[in-house]
Amino acid sequence: MSDTFLGMPAFPQAAARAVRDRQLRANLRHATHTIRDKRARAVAELPDWAELRSAGKAIKDHTLRHLDRYLVQLEEAVTAAGGTVHWAADAEEANRIVAGLVHATGTTEVVKVKSMATQEIGLNEALAAEGVTAYETDLAELIVQLGEDRPSHILVPAIHRNRAEIREIFADRMASWGRPAPEGLTDSPAELAEAARLHLREKFLRAEVAVSGANFMVAETGTLVVVESEGNGRMCLTLPRTLISVVGIEKVVPTWRDLEVFLQLLPRSSTAERMNPYTSLWAGTTRGDGPSEFHLVLLDNGRTAALADQVGRQALRCIRCSACLNVCPVYERAGGHAYGSVYPGPIGAVLTPQLRGTASPVDASLPYASSLCGACYEVCPVAIDIPEVLVHLRERVAEQGGHPVERAAVAAAGYVLDHPAALAAAERLAGRTRALHPRRLPGPGRAWTDSRDLPEVPAEPFRDWWRRNRT
Amino acid sequence: MTSRDLILGRIRAALGDTGTVAEQPLPRRYLSAHAPADDPAALLDLLHRNLTDYRALVHRCTEAELPSRIAELLAARGSRTVAVPAGLPDGWLTAAVGVEPLPDDGSLTAARLDAVDSVVTGCALAVAETGTIVLDGGPGQGRRLLSLVPDHHLCVVRAPEQVVASVPLALPRLDPARPQTWISGPSATSDIELDRVVGVHGPRTLEVLLVTV
Ligand code: SF4
Repeated sequence: MSDTFLGMPAFPQAAARAVRDRQLRANLRHATHTIRDKRARAVAELPDWAELRSAGKAIKDHTLRHLDRYLVQLEEAVTAAGGTVHWAADAEEANRIVAGLVHATGTTEVVKVKSMATQEIGLNEALAAEGVTAYETDLAELIVQLGEDRPSHILVPAIHRNRAEIREIFADRMASWGRPAPEGLTDSPAELAEAARLHLREKFLRAEVAVSGANFMVAETGTLVVVESEGNGRMCLTLPRTLISVVGIEKVVPTWRDLEVFLQLLPRSSTAERMNPYTSLWAGTTRGDGPSEFHLVLLDNGRTAALADQVGRQALRCIRCSACLNVCPVYERAGGHAYGSVYPGPIGAVLTPQLRGTASPVDASLPYASSLCGACYEVCPVAIDIPEVLVHLRERVAEQGGHPVERAAVAAAGYVLDHPAALAAAERLAGRTRALHPRRLPGPGRAWTDSRDLPEVPAEPFRDWWRRNRT
Repeated sequence: MTSRDLILGRIRAALGDTGTVAEQPLPRRYLSAHAPADDPAALLDLLHRNLTDYRALVHRCTEAELPSRIAELLAARGSRTVAVPAGLPDGWLTAAVGVEPLPDDGSLTAARLDAVDSVVTGCALAVAETGTIVLDGGPGQGRRLLSLVPDHHLCVVRAPEQVVASVPLALPRLDPARPQTWISGPSATSDIELDRVVGVHGPRTLEVLLVTV
C-alpha cells in the first residue's frame, strides 16, 4: 500500500480538527447539498432508475463472480487491439511497471488524468523518486497538486479550497511548475479556469506519455471508457504517443451492451447530468489516431482480499460516483481528509479497511466513521449496502481482540451511548472523554460531539447497533 | 509465479464460496428509451433542447442551406482557418470564402491545430435524451485531435437518420473497436466553489447544425 496518507491521524482526531475548521465545513455543506439536490432531480427524470440500479448491481455481481474469466477475456481483446496488458499484484509492482514504461520512452514528464487508482498506489510520489514528474491535469487535481495538498472529495477534490485560496495558489505556484499565472489574475472562476487552460495547454502539446485510469473496461471488446468534464482527459488520451492506463481489476464489465446501464447511472448519479460533457472510448491503438502505444496495468492491490469477503465484496461494485459522500452527515462535517485515504466518505469507510486491512489506527477506526443512517445505500446507483458492510467490518475490528484502537473505539462509543444526554453537550463531552482517553479516541464519539450544530441526523441507528452488538 | 497467475489464483480462491449458488439471469427491466423513438420530429426537438441546455449553440437548416449556414457561422466567429477532416463532404465549405481550409492528411499536429480557429465535422450519431453527439473517426469526423484542439467545433448532425432516442439505442449502432468521443455540450468545470465555468480544455464553443432534408 502506498504511504500517501501514512502519518494520518485516525478518523476521529482528523474529523475533530476538520469540524472546527469553519471554512471547510461551510464549503462542504454547500457542495454536498447542492450536488445532492441536483442529483435528485437528474435521477427523477428517469422513471426506470430502480431498474437501472438493479441491473447495474446484477451486472457487477455477475462480473465479480466470474472475474477471472472476464479479466482473461479483456486481456485477449486488448492485446488483439494492439495494447499490452500488465498485471500488478500490489501498489509497488504497479508503480514499478509504470516507471519502467515511462523510462523506456526516454521522457521524464507525464501528464495525468484524474485517477483514484493512481492516487491509491501513490504513483506520483513513486515516479518522482524515479526522476519523473507527473502533472495532474484535472483542474481540481491541479489545485491540489500546486497547493501540495490532498484531495478531499471524489468528484470535486478541491472543494475544501475557496476561490481566493485558489487564486493565491495559482499566482504563487504555477511559475515553478511551468507557465506562470497571468498578471493581475483575479479570483473569478472563469479567469482561474482560463489560467489553468493556458498553464496546461503547454504541457499537453509537448507531453509524450499520459497516465490515466478508466471508469469501465469492456471484456468482450477490449474497450476502455473514461468519463470526464473538462477535456483534459481527451487531451491525455489523444495527444501523447504513449498511453498507460492503471485500472483496478473490478472495473471490468462483460459486454458492450452493459455500458447502456452504466452510462446512464454514472453521469446522473455523479455530476447530476444527463450525460457528462466528454466520454472517451478506445480499444488498444488505432493507426494514425491517438497514441501509438497503449499499456493497460491491471491492479489488484487488495481487491482480491475484498473479493474473498462475502459481505465486503459488494464494495467492489462501486463506480465512484460520489453520491454517498454528498448525503453522508459524517462526511459533511468531517470532510474528506479525515478518512485518511484517497477514498473518502462512506465508500472509503468500507473500501479502505478492506484494501489495506485494519491493522493501523486510521483504518481500524474507519468502520466507525458512520451513524449507519443508511442514506448512502439509498443513493448508491449499484445498491451497495454500506451500513451492512460497516457493521461487518466493525465486527472484524472487534475480533482483532485486544487491539488498542478497537478497545478505545468501543470504550468511546460505549461512553457516549451510555450517556445520551452528553451527545447534546458537545464541548463538555469532548473535554470529559479526552480526560478518560487522553491519547487516543477513535470511534464516532469525537467526530460527532466536537461539532456544534449536531445532531441534525439522529444517532439512533448507531446506538441500536451498539446495544445489539455489545453483548 | 507471474503476477498474472498470482492474481487469477487469488480471485479463484476468493470466489470459492460461489460455486454452488445458482445464478439469476441479469435483470434488464429498464427502458430502452425514455422518449418516443418513433417520432423523428419530437426527437429532433428533444435533441435541440438538451444540447442547448448544456450550452451548445444549436442551429437548424436544410441540406441545401448547409454550405451557406456553415459559411455564416464561421464568419460570425471571425474564423480565418478551419481544420477539415478527411472525408468531409465536398460541398460543405464551398461557400466559406475567405476561410483557409486545412485538410487533414494525417499530418496536422496538435501544435498546428492550436493555432487553427475552427474545425467542421460530421458525426456518427446523436442521442436526443442526453443531448450527446458521438464522433467515431468515420468519414468527415477526423482523428480525435481535430475536434479537440481548435477552440471552436462546428458539428453537423443529419436528421432524422443520425438521431437516436437513447443510450441503449445508440450503442448497437456504434463499433466498439473504433475510438469514440461522446460530446454533451462544451467542456465544463465546477471545481471552483461549484461555479460552473464553460470551456476548459476542449473547444470552448460547440456549435451544432441540425440538418434536415
Ligand atoms: S459506493 Fe455507491 S454511491 Fe458511493 S461512490 Fe460508490 S457507487 Fe457511488
